[in-house]
Amino acid sequence: MEMRNESTYSAPLLGWLKGGDVTAAWRDIGEGSIGDCRKSSFMRRGYLDDQFIQLEHLQDEANPNFVEEVVRLFYSDSVRLIQNIELAMINKPNVDFGKLDAYMHQFKGSSSSIGAMKVMKECSKFREYCYAGNIEGCIKTFQLLKQEHATLRRKLETYFQLVKQAGVVAESA
Amino acid sequence: MMENGFSSPRNDSFPAGLRVLVVDDDPTWLKILEKMLKKCSYEVTTCGLARDALNLLRERKGGYDIVISDVYMPDMDGFKLLEHVGLEMDLPVIMMSVDGETSRVMKGVQHGACDYLLKPIRMKELRNIWQHVFRKKIHEVRDIEILEGIESFQMTRNGSDQYEDGHFLCGEDLTSIKKRKDIESKHDEKDIGDNTSTKKARVVWSVELHQKFVKAVNQIGFDKVGPKKILDLMNVPLLTRENVASHLQKYRLYLSRLQKGNDFNNPVGMIKQSDSPLSDSVGSFGSQNSINLQPTDVSNGCYGFSGSSLVLHNVDPRSHDGDKKILVTTPVAEPKRGLTVDAPNPRKPRISQMECGHPLAPPRSEVNFATFDSSLTTKYPWCGIPEIRLKQEHNPLHFNDGFSHLPMPGQKQLTRADYRQPAPAISSAPSLTEREIGCPVKIKPSRNDYGSNASHVSSTASAVDSIPLQTKTNSTNHQVSSTSSMENQGLNMNCLTDVESSRKNINLGMPPLATLDEGLQVCFVPGDYYMNLGLQNIEFPEYFDPSLLTDVPIHLNDGLRFDYEFYDPTEYSLIDQSLFI
Repeated sequence: MEMRNESTYSAPLLGWLKGGDVTAAWRDIGEGSIGDCRKSSFMRRGYLDDQFIQLEHLQDEANPNFVEEVVRLFYSDSVRLIQNIELAMINKPNVDFGKLDAYMHQFKGSSSSIGAMKVMKECSKFREYCYAGNIEGCIKTFQLLKQEHATLRRKLETYFQLVKQAGVVAESA
Repeated sequence: MMENGFSSPRNDSFPAGLRVLVVDDDPTWLKILEKMLKKCSYEVTTCGLARDALNLLRERKGGYDIVISDVYMPDMDGFKLLEHVGLEMDLPVIMMSVDGETSRVMKGVQHGACDYLLKPIRMKELRNIWQHVFRKKIHEVRDIEILEGIESFQMTRNGSDQYEDGHFLCGEDLTSIKKRKDIESKHDEKDIGDNTSTKKARVVWSVELHQKFVKAVNQIGFDKVGPKKILDLMNVPLLTRENVASHLQKYRLYLSRLQKGNDFNNPVGMIKQSDSPLSDSVGSFGSQNSINLQPTDVSNGCYGFSGSSLVLHNVDPRSHDGDKKILVTTPVAEPKRGLTVDAPNPRKPRISQMECGHPLAPPRSEVNFATFDSSLTTKYPWCGIPEIRLKQEHNPLHFNDGFSHLPMPGQKQLTRADYRQPAPAISSAPSLTEREIGCPVKIKPSRNDYGSNASHVSSTASAVDSIPLQTKTNSTNHQVSSTSSMENQGLNMNCLTDVESSRKNINLGMPPLATLDEGLQVCFVPGDYYMNLGLQNIEFPEYFDPSLLTDVPIHLNDGLRFDYEFYDPTEYSLIDQSLFI
């Protein structure tokens, strides 16, 4: 654990560092899944917002893998959305900003479903450029957006793996 | 109770089991919302396309309690869907979007959304959506009470035998109302038989009531209207601000729709307009009870009023309870009744024989109109002659021998006739324009031919085109042909009680019933309300055949039935169309 970088500390550990109960903190660190650390890390760093927690609350026995399913659905659907946007940006001199904005609006809505905060921020920036008719701005922002989108995906994949592992560990314990 | 295999609405465990239809093109959100709603113990159906949603709603009338829809959808604008649902099914609709801009939210509310949620949506927001369903139920009960009040009032006024049918019908109405009320009071869903329309009873905006409404709106000024102002002006006891508000909303939508899409190009008027929002509703109406806008009517041709045959035609589909429930809205003794359907001597509906090609025979019937007076009422209780102000619109019509130029269905008729004074039939009296129709008009979205029997008043106008009638005697106006048709319509409007009687009634000899259909689209131009009720002056002296006047195609009547009671909310759009002044 990188002691120096606070953002990687799990919430319980942080609490302890700020003067909380040591035992509890150690217990949490010890027993808490690394996934939890990751998750709170996500939150703190702005990758995900409260919506993600909401999704987890929805997960139950009827849908034990609900969150993961939703995330996968989001990512598979975003392929189509991204394509739409890219196609709309191709015709450089005659870009239909209205259409572009509409597509981005869709994408933003979709991103909000899993709480992808950073991605959404880029979406908003993109829409501002659309409004201003600034295609270059749009293109640049879109690149950033895709990066954020991909980064989040990797993190979430890792997260889900950890959660699964923790689950296995917990069960075997 | 589920004809459609749907589970019945929750009864005791309300709101558990609330049947929600979610519409969103985003599959991720659809999945999330479904899960959230299920967690609230609601019964969820999801739809990725607005069209699918509409189909589902139409197929399973009464199968859903509430609709949640996204604003932005690729196949149909969420607001449009909202309108449809509100008008056709009268279900509460909640809009949602990631965009929380005030203007968007406002637009949603204006279009009738009962709530607007911002994405990301929290489950707690969904937990409370049942309140919208509950609220609507309460209003319905209240509306029914108002309806009963109006009904009994009207019934009291109609005392003669002539009104037997009317009474009968009214009685039935009340019964159904009461039945409805009972059921509603249990907060149960609407599975009242197959008459879905009864389930959704709202205030029955009788012709009279609507006239008051429009008058009030006119007085205030369309741009400045507000439910409170209208309510105060109308001065109708028992009517609530909510009633007026919702009516106003629909009225506005109706107007804007008329302004945008005037594509009534089919002979039967409404029915075939697949593009216009109305067509949707119309179509659905057809399947509903009373509103009958069946394509079959088209066969009746433009001249919807081919007398009895038509009537029957129209009646049949409607002959289910809905038909009988025509409320008699027009007070019997209305001296100002413009339309006189030759009460004492019901002429045989020549019109029935009138086919498209028939010279303005119908107009002759207008002569009977001369008797705009209570005689009409006695004879045709259903004849409430609405106050139609038709302004002279275009050049005088030129009567032809065949109704070759009769307004083709689908033509918008701009009839603006000023029925100020009771105008006797053409032959003897001034054009109908001068007539004043005082009876409340019951507009029954009906009959197919009349599509909406609403006068179609479009700014561009011209109903006149429809029937080029040469009004020699009639200096004023307006399109005689349209007038006649209008008249017919006007008559219809008023009396929607007895289909049979109406059949024999005033047959405004408006051959181009078809035109009426569309022609009778009441096109409200903001600030300028005219009822294009074929009541235009029927001044075709040479064409008038009084006998024709007596036969008013039923559909005419039906068309103008402004009575939601027996119709599904879908009716509303028809009513909208047939709104007049």
